[in-house]
Amino acid sequence: MRKVLSLLLVSMLISFGATAWSAEKTIKLGVIAELTGDMPAVGASCRNAAELAVKEVNAAGGLQVGKEKMKVELVVEDNAGKADQSAAAAQKLITQDEVVAIVGPNASRYAIPASEIAESEKTVLITPWSTNPKTTMDEKTGKPKDYVFRACFIDPFQGGVLAKFAYQTLKAKKAAVLYDVASDYNKGIAEVFKTNYEKLGGKIVAFETYTTNDKDFSAQLTKIKDAKPDVIFLPNYYNEVPLQVQQAKRLGITVPFIGSDSWGSPELLTLGGADLNGYYFSTHYAADNAAPVAKKFIADYEKAYGAKPDDVAALTYDAFGLLFGAIKSAGKVDREAVRVSLSTLPDYKGVTGDMKFKADSRDPIKSAVILEIKDGKFTYFTNAKP
Amino acid sequence: MSEGIIYWLQQTLNALQLGSIYALIALGYTMVYGILTMINFAHGDVFMVGAFFCFLAAVYLGLPFVPTLLLTMLGAALVGVMIERLAYKPLRNAPRVSAIITALGVGIFLENFTLALAPYPKNIPALLANATWNMGGVSISSLQIIIILLSLGLMFVLDYVVYRTPVGIAMRAISWDKTYVPLMGVPLDLIISVTFAIGAGLAGAAGTMYGLAYPVIDPYMGIMVGWKAFISAVVGGIGNIRGAMIGAFILGGVEIMVAAFFPSTYRDFVAFTLLMLLIVIRPYGILGQPRTQKV
Repeated sequence: MRKVLSLLLVSMLISFGATAWSAEKTIKLGVIAELTGDMPAVGASCRNAAELAVKEVNAAGGLQVGKEKMKVELVVEDNAGKADQSAAAAQKLITQDEVVAIVGPNASRYAIPASEIAESEKTVLITPWSTNPKTTMDEKTGKPKDYVFRACFIDPFQGGVLAKFAYQTLKAKKAAVLYDVASDYNKGIAEVFKTNYEKLGGKIVAFETYTTNDKDFSAQLTKIKDAKPDVIFLPNYYNEVPLQVQQAKRLGITVPFIGSDSWGSPELLTLGGADLNGYYFSTHYAADNAAPVAKKFIADYEKAYGAKPDDVAALTYDAFGLLFGAIKSAGKVDREAVRVSLSTLPDYKGVTGDMKFKADSRDPIKSAVILEIKDGKFTYFTNAKP
Repeated sequence: MSEGIIYWLQQTLNALQLGSIYALIALGYTMVYGILTMINFAHGDVFMVGAFFCFLAAVYLGLPFVPTLLLTMLGAALVGVMIERLAYKPLRNAPRVSAIITALGVGIFLENFTLALAPYPKNIPALLANATWNMGGVSISSLQIIIILLSLGLMFVLDYVVYRTPVGIAMRAISWDKTYVPLMGVPLDLIISVTFAIGAGLAGAAGTMYGLAYPVIDPYMGIMVGWKAFISAVVGGIGNIRGAMIGAFILGGVEIMVAAFFPSTYRDFVAFTLLMLLIVIRPYGILGQPRTQKV
């Protein structure tokens, strides 16, 4: 009996030592995704793309860091679609799992609290999809945060693109906006749209709000109908837009709707169906009009998961691309070194286009596309450069 | 008609639709409170389960509207009875706080159970051909009319059952006294089960109609609607069936009208301030009676 026990103990010690030894050889990266909660499609795309990016690097033998090749290990945390759990997940990844850097969360209302933790714990966080300026900006000082980056454009740019599109391309002189006032992303882009649209000479005839989880928009939509707009802007998430469009149609509203990148999930089409045909939204990339770099990613993703990657997947993949590039050029696995090399990374050719971080800015310079919903599919319509 | 009147009529119609759905759910809160003086906080989630039953019946069984509605009500009623038998009955003589905590627990269980089975929001197909009529500028949809009429119909049936039938008399008797009424031969457990079944069945009907009006459903949809229905029941006078209906239409009306005539950002703030004032003026609700404790 004693012999067996001691054997067991020895084998445990050996295996323990082995894991500790192999742990030295890997690079731990964290992901915070909205796997459950109100936008699980976003979280799933983010995790899928993260796993694909890591699998590719590991299949090639790992990442070249200095003189040796190191495997990448992924730690995925669910934030359950909650702001407090996003912050808790960031804290856990940094202090318990000791990751080198974090990718995610995606929605601005989760990315902002997580970014506060990353900043105070001095760990790089790249959010793939959060377009609200506050994510990378320290509100108190008005200066960019040192450790928080993003792989997407920001709302002041997107709002401007949409205002121009509505006023010049759709020739709408009067616009109405309905947005979620309790969500950072929706509120931010609604305000930017309003400012830019008015600057162009358009008139905002209704600027209506609701709060997250509302399902009845009839009061606001009746008000909007009464104001007689030429176009209605819905900068809201894909799970709410179908309800808003259907209720508007039931109230007899016939003017077109436009949206922002929060529309970009294929779930929008499942939930909204034919009601959404003919409407436009701005987003990060068009799967049907992708650059050659992107084609391989799209094919690989489709093979692995049986669906076209949406913008969250593409941006997550690019966030990992940026991170791998930064670790490679840093030449060592060190949080501070990764931050320095990320902010000075030369032009990166990603799935969602070329991007580069300006000095003293954590927001990449890149262009946007406008997609049209045609026959139940997202179709490339036009490009918008910064 | 002048533009102002059209606008007002349209918003009244919106308020009626919202109010009727709140009313169907509020009835379940008020009936359970009436009979057990317990607040069944899992009720909002029974409503959510109802919406998912509707989804299952409509999508997987491919049923049309009427069978879907009946099956959903039946399924929700069964869930309601099961919850009572498994979770509340063993605690009937425990301190009331234990029952409330259990109810919260059951609610969280239902949410996460549904979440485990259906992590993605689901889309309920259009079970009814939706026509929209324009009556002098006011848009009326067939769906709106069906929801309002069906809810009112169910409320009249319930009112009849409670005030005009032997089962209703038994329910009211047990709500009055749980010690001596059973001695007269009223089956206590059966009547409590019937109460839960009716309340949950109505929540199932609400789930179906909600699913048709707002066809994107998710496991958390019951929380906010449940709270609002609970507030309706309290405003109307909890324990009183007609009060719950009145309270629900008041809440629906206030919510819509505040958003209609004030900036919509003020909606919940103004709406709930008004409701709090109402409670301050009438602490037992509009139709509620103070319960005097006999010593």
